[in-house]
Amino acid sequence: MDKLAYTIKPLGETGLIIIFGDEINPQIHKNVKNLSDYIDKHPFPGLCEYTISYTSVAVFYNPFTVKNHCVISKEKTAFTIVTGLIKNYIAAAVKMPQAKPHTVEIPVCYGDEYGPDIEFVANYNNLSCTDVINIHSQSTYLVYMIGFCPGFPYLGGMDERIATPRRKEPRLVIPAGSIGIAGKQTGGYPISTPGGWQLIGRTPLNLFDLKASSPSLLHSGDLVKFVPISPEEYQRLKEDKV
Amino acid sequence: MSLKIIRPGLLTSIQDAGRYGYQKIGVLISGAMDTYSMRLANMLVGNDENEGTLEITLLGPTIEFTADTLIAVTGGNFNPIIDGMPVPYMRPVAVKTGAIMKFDSCHTGCRAYLAAAGGFDVNPVMGSKSTYLRANFGGFKGRSLQKNDLLNTGTPHSFGRQMLSALLSRGAQSFAEAKWYIGKTHLSGKILRKPIRVTAGIHYKYFDQQSKYNFFSSEYTVTNNADRMGYRLKGDLLRTENPLEIISEAVGLGTIQVPPQGLPIILMADHQSVAGYPIIAQAIAVDVARIAQMKPNDHIHFKLISNEEGEQLFIEMEKFMENIKIAINAKLQN
Repeated sequence: MDKLAYTIKPLGETGLIIIFGDEINPQIHKNVKNLSDYIDKHPFPGLCEYTISYTSVAVFYNPFTVKNHCVISKEKTAFTIVTGLIKNYIAAAVKMPQAKPHTVEIPVCYGDEYGPDIEFVANYNNLSCTDVINIHSQSTYLVYMIGFCPGFPYLGGMDERIATPRRKEPRLVIPAGSIGIAGKQTGGYPISTPGGWQLIGRTPLNLFDLKASSPSLLHSGDLVKFVPISPEEYQRLKEDKV
Repeated sequence: MSLKIIRPGLLTSIQDAGRYGYQKIGVLISGAMDTYSMRLANMLVGNDENEGTLEITLLGPTIEFTADTLIAVTGGNFNPIIDGMPVPYMRPVAVKTGAIMKFDSCHTGCRAYLAAAGGFDVNPVMGSKSTYLRANFGGFKGRSLQKNDLLNTGTPHSFGRQMLSALLSRGAQSFAEAKWYIGKTHLSGKILRKPIRVTAGIHYKYFDQQSKYNFFSSEYTVTNNADRMGYRLKGDLLRTENPLEIISEAVGLGTIQVPPQGLPIILMADHQSVAGYPIIAQAIAVDVARIAQMKPNDHIHFKLISNEEGEQLFIEMEKFMENIKIAINAKLQN
C-alpha cells in the first residue's frame, strides 16, 4: 500500500490539524473518516474534541492533561506528543478493516408546497419537474460531514444537470425536513431556519431528534438515497412518527 | 426551589465547561465564554469545577432566593446588591430565603458567573448542562432565563453545606460572606488592557506584509456584533496577497478569521466547527477568557507569540487554577 500523504500543523496551543489533501473527493474523505473513527475508538488522555472537514481532521486537546499523562518525555511539548500519537493513529487506521458504509434511504415528497422551487430548478436547467425528481433521486450521495447546525449533512455527488444558484431573496423560514439545492450542493434542513436554498422537496423524517438514541439520522461516511414519495405517503409517515 | 428570576437581564443562561464529542453530528461545544471565572465560581461553593453556572451578560438579572443558598459570583463586575448592601465577589456567600439580589449593568468586564452550591438541577444533554441557544436545547429549557423561571439547585457537597450553615450561624440579616476571598485572578488589575496574545493562524503567511504589520501594530475595536458566536472587530483592513480558495476547514475557540471585506472576527464559545475564511491568527485559550470580558467599543491589541509560549502559558494557568483549588478546599474544610 502507498504511504499516505498528509501534513500536520498546529492550530494554536490547544489543537492541531491533519490535512489529507486540498480537494473534495471520496478518497480524501475516506482517509479523514478512517482517522476520525480511530480517534473515536482510541481517545487519549487530554483529548477534548475533534472536527471533521472535507479534507482534514482537527484535534483539540488540553496541553496540561496531555503532558501530565506522558511520563517519559517531560521536556516535549504537548504538540509534539499529540503529533507523535496521531502519526501512529494514522498508520494503524490504514490497516483497520474498512467498515461498509451505511446506506440511508430518505423518503422525499417532491414539488408543490413541499418543494416550491422545483419549477425554478427545472426551468433554470431546461428540464421538466419529473426530470429534476428523477435526476435528484437516482444519484447516491456521500455524507462528507455534518455541520452548520445539528444533523445538517454536507452531501457530495449531485448531478450537475440540476445545479442551481441560491435564491436571490433568502426565505425567512425554511420548514424542517426541507430538501434543497444550492449551487452544486444538495442537503436537508434538520431544523426550521432562514436560508437561501432552492427547495425541491421535503422529508417526513427527522434529520435530528434529541430523544433518539442516535440523534443525527446521518453521519459522516454514510451514503444517502432519496426516494420519491406521494403527499399521502408523506402524511402517513409524518403521522407514524407522532 | 431555590432561585426565582424576577428580571432576566440581557442574556442569562446556564453554561458549564461545554458539550464535547458531538461536533461530528453538528452540535456546537457552547459552554462558558470565560471558563476560568466559571470554574472559580464553582470551586468557591464546593462544586465540581465544571458544574453549570449562570452566565450573566452586560445587563444583570434580579434574582429572588426561595431557599437558603450558598453562592459565589466571579467575572465581570455588575455591582450586585441585596437589601442595598453590596454582595462581594470571589468568595462564598450564604444567602437567606427571601433575599432579592439585584445585578446592575456591567461596570468592568462583560460577563459574570454565579455558581450555587449543588449546581443547577437541570438534565444534562449529551453530557453537558450548557444552553445551546440556537438549537434550543440544554440548560434551562434550551433557552436564556426569563421572568418567573424557577431554578432548582442540586444537593450541595458536604463542604458547601458546612460553609452555608457556618456563615448563616452568624445571624445574618439576608446574607453573610466569608472573610477570605481569591485575590489575584486572570482578570485582576489592569490585565484586561494588556494585549491579546495570539499564535500565527494557518493562513497567516498568505496575508500581505501591510496587513501583517497592521494586525499587530494597530488598535482594533469591538463592534456591537460581539456575542457568544463571535466578536466582529473594526480597524485596519486585512488582505491576503492573492485571493485564497479555501475549502471549509476546522476552526476553534479563539480562531481569528478574515472575511472578504477585511475585518477580523474572533470565534467564541458558540462558534461553528468549520468555516471557509482565511485564518490570520489564533487567540490563546488563556486570553480568550479575557476577550469574553470585553464589550462593544473596547479596544484590542494583538501580540504574536509562538505555539510553545502559548502552551507554556496554558500550563501555567492550569497550575495556578490547581493551586487556587487546593487553597479553597482547605478553607472550605475548616
